[in-house]
Amino acid sequence: MAVERLLKDEATEEKGDRARMASFVGAMAIADVVKTTLGPKGMDKILQSTGRGRTVTVTNDGATILKSLHIDNPAAKVLVDISKVQDDEVGDGTTSVVVLAGELLREAEKMVNAKIHPMTIIAGYRMAAECARNALLQKAMDNKQDPEKFTSDLMNIAMTTLSSKILSQDKEHFAKLAVDAVVRLKGSTNLDSIQIIKKAGGSLKDSFLDEGFILDKKIGIGQPKRIENAKILVANTAMDTDKVKIYGARVRVDSMARVAEIEGAEKEKMREKVQKIIAHGINCFVNRQLIYNFPEELFADAGILAIEHADFDGIERLALVTGGEIASTFDNPESVKLGHCKLIEEIMIGEDKLIHFSGVAMGQACTIVLRGASSHVLDEAERSLHDALCVLSQTVNDSRVLLGGGWPEMVMAKEVDELARKTPGKKAHAIEAFSRALQAIPTIIADNAGLDSAELISQLRAEHHKERTNAGIDVITGGVGDMEKLGISESFKVKQAVLLSATEASEMILRVDEIITCAPRRREDRM
Amino acid sequence: MALAFDEYGRPFIIIKDQEQKSRLRGLEAQKANISAGKAVARILRTSLGPKGMDKMLQSPDGDVTITNDGATILEQMDVDNQIAKLMVELSRSQDYEIGDGTTGVVVMAGALLEQAEKLLERGIHPIRIAEGYEMASRIAVEHLEHISQKFEFSANNIEPLMQTCMTTLSSKIVNRCKHMLAEIAIKAVLAVADLERKDVNLDLIKVEGKVGGKLEDTELVYGITVDKDMSHPQMPKRIENAKIAILTCPFEPPKPKTKHKVDIDTVEKFQTLRQQEQKYFDDMVQKCKDVGATLVICQWGFDDEANHLLMHRNLPAVRWVGGVELELIAIATGGRIVPRFQELTPEKLGRAGLVREKSFGTTKDRMLYIEQCANSRAVTIFIRGGNKMVIEETKRSLHDALCVARNLIRNNSIVYGGGSAEISCSIAVEAAADKYPGVEQYAIRSFAEALDSIPMALAENSGLQPIDTLTAVKSQQVKENNPYCGIDCNDVGTNNMQQQNVFETLIGKQQQILLATQVVKMILKIDDVIAPSDY
Repeated sequence: MAVERLLKDEATEEKGDRARMASFVGAMAIADVVKTTLGPKGMDKILQSTGRGRTVTVTNDGATILKSLHIDNPAAKVLVDISKVQDDEVGDGTTSVVVLAGELLREAEKMVNAKIHPMTIIAGYRMAAECARNALLQKAMDNKQDPEKFTSDLMNIAMTTLSSKILSQDKEHFAKLAVDAVVRLKGSTNLDSIQIIKKAGGSLKDSFLDEGFILDKKIGIGQPKRIENAKILVANTAMDTDKVKIYGARVRVDSMARVAEIEGAEKEKMREKVQKIIAHGINCFVNRQLIYNFPEELFADAGILAIEHADFDGIERLALVTGGEIASTFDNPESVKLGHCKLIEEIMIGEDKLIHFSGVAMGQACTIVLRGASSHVLDEAERSLHDALCVLSQTVNDSRVLLGGGWPEMVMAKEVDELARKTPGKKAHAIEAFSRALQAIPTIIADNAGLDSAELISQLRAEHHKERTNAGIDVITGGVGDMEKLGISESFKVKQAVLLSATEASEMILRVDEIITCAPRRREDRM
Repeated sequence: MALAFDEYGRPFIIIKDQEQKSRLRGLEAQKANISAGKAVARILRTSLGPKGMDKMLQSPDGDVTITNDGATILEQMDVDNQIAKLMVELSRSQDYEIGDGTTGVVVMAGALLEQAEKLLERGIHPIRIAEGYEMASRIAVEHLEHISQKFEFSANNIEPLMQTCMTTLSSKIVNRCKHMLAEIAIKAVLAVADLERKDVNLDLIKVEGKVGGKLEDTELVYGITVDKDMSHPQMPKRIENAKIAILTCPFEPPKPKTKHKVDIDTVEKFQTLRQQEQKYFDDMVQKCKDVGATLVICQWGFDDEANHLLMHRNLPAVRWVGGVELELIAIATGGRIVPRFQELTPEKLGRAGLVREKSFGTTKDRMLYIEQCANSRAVTIFIRGGNKMVIEETKRSLHDALCVARNLIRNNSIVYGGGSAEISCSIAVEAAADKYPGVEQYAIRSFAEALDSIPMALAENSGLQPIDTLTAVKSQQVKENNPYCGIDCNDVGTNNMQQQNVFETLIGKQQQILLATQVVKMILKIDDVIAPSDY
């Protein structure tokens, strides 16, 4: 008796080895896609969107690449997901996490073929991950107490992060920018208060950090272009004719004269509002909503600089930097906190006019102006800078630092290898495999740089068998070098997140023994 | 296809569109149904037990779920077959009623069907099989009661409860931190439990998840977390000894339900209306302030003006809080939900020791924690994890653990896990079978055989020799007269489940057997399947 069709049409079901094979292949394919972008000599990818514009992105950021891929394989989706989370949580290491998970699965595949049960592999991986984490914990350095060393740590981390990106030519310049910006945050991880403005033109080197705040708006006509000792009122209010908010109200008139009267009253109302605002004793007024011609004229008459239609983020940031509050009613001028800054002026960057607030009260926020030859360069520069900022802000909170250049991987691999020798049973194979997967990362870094990876890794391993070594891959000279001297550092938090999420993801994929794919929901074809 | 013929051999048309419907009858129908049921059970069989594997499910929209929770797998499987749908229902009802053992119940039903098939081939009438199963299930349930143990715990001694929750959690992906999660689950349940009435309202436990961090960061918050932030970016982020006004009315001018129009025809009216409007906002905020509130939680939005007035009068506020959360906040803080500003009184305010905003990671995710509430009868479990799938799976696992803890508080009888209860029942049913004369005896014996299939699947999934292990354990049970011998899935070295501390709840096990028997009876009784055939 044939088994009836159990699932709906088009739904597919894959079982046992086939399912496992499908997920291994999918996951490894994804890892291979981003593999070549790893390390300082990693290559970039061009992504072309399928949208109408066919816009092109050039990037080497793992998360960005994976986000833009259209993937059908469920296991591959798991990897894309972990890279996204890595991006959200620590900002960097998005490529490493996928590559490590891919390598773990590659090793697992070999073991499954050698008839080791997936559950045994998982148990081994877990022990190995725990051991590797402890090894990292022991080797991590914490320089929080020594501010000078800590700043140099931050510089090193920023440079290491940036060295694999498009900014590597000017990495010192940008590392300094990023460190300066993050130090200003004073421990908060809220990157909102760092504003990045991109302006095409000039070269990357012309990018700069501005201590004040730059608003991408123009100053109204006939209003002062330069204000010293500005008192700023930041507002979110309607500056057209105020709507009556009581429900159901409407104007019903019976003659033209009445219309004129009402219109007059409306105007009067507006004038009153503007008067109230002016009564705050301000000389700059920034509103989130539009300011119509009539009030603008009134402001110009009073010699007040009025800026309209600043976006939400802009308003919040401006309120944050100048120390004012965002106001929506204007009846109690004495108790509204106004923002202050030393100087407001119009500046030119390239061909655009921007408004620059300098000498602000609160030092938290700042603006980074990026200059570059094309929009692609700028986009990539922004992403790279974002990575660096994220890593730095995380490091400020968790100040433990590791060396880079494959050093942490080798340290972990060594410890894990030792654990494997001590562990009886089949698990030992899995633990050994974990160590091999860890070593694959420096191998890939070396391969990408066009170096002889087999030679380098064996040298590195020998070096690591001595006590307290700082050896890692020096991609520039193509040999094994002292990472501490070269100033290559990485954040402990990033490495730990890479290790844990990669293990978790590979474990999850290994546990699967059946894949059921539902029929894709039918969509209206709009072609 | 036809049902009846006249004397010339022409069919009578009885069913509408008779020609287009596929129809199975008699033994053929039963066999088709049984094979469909078995197919579903076969999918879940490998997920059973601590070494069970997961299933990866891709939804019609391309989202991926990885789970080994039986109910979830079946629900998302997009099943088409009618009998398979019955099995899905079966697992779901176990989920509603007990919360755990959703895989076991389907495997059990599958095994019963498999045995029934053999009996059918011998020519035993399906109704007789069904009756035999019914008798056997009664014997098994009674026997379970017999071997169950009362189980002592109190609010101070939670260790025994934790053992049970850990048994549940050990089959899930989260078993790395099962100790911690079990502790969280027990603490959460005890916090909301009514030990006198032996009742637990699981609605009071909110399970929230956010990606990022690691599983070890999961925490139990004695209070509520809300995925919202303060309505004005400059409001204080930390309020101690908060008095909370819980409102369901918007900070906007009222909208009467009857239709009305306000006509403005003179300048005076226009101006009074404007003043009226300003007064509205002012009054609302003032009223909140007057009763002494230091935090406003509102179900609706605020007008810009009201927002600023709140900020101005130093009254932090949260807007767009969902109805369920609002209720939980009200329960936790001991406040009343107030539908109108006029009805605000100081007694209706809720109290919380600490309200704070917490931000996560590099994106601007913020959450509001309301802690140290007056009445900490509502708690939140806040899950962190590497990715969305881990979080979803953790949520499901915790749900199971919470249900188990609740069941134990309701009824503190337990049986031992690891298949020991099934083996013991199987022996009891087998022995009882001989007392029944008639065809039913065969059915009862088959039932005993079916009970064996659960420990068999456990052994198989753990990589043990299924038949060797099962027979060894069974003979040990009979020899030592010890119903606590089970399958040693984790390779601990002993197969005495009492020593391994593997428990399951008595009601959960009983329910499994009863539900599985019921569904099998239903399937056996079907002898005609009429379905519209495909076009």
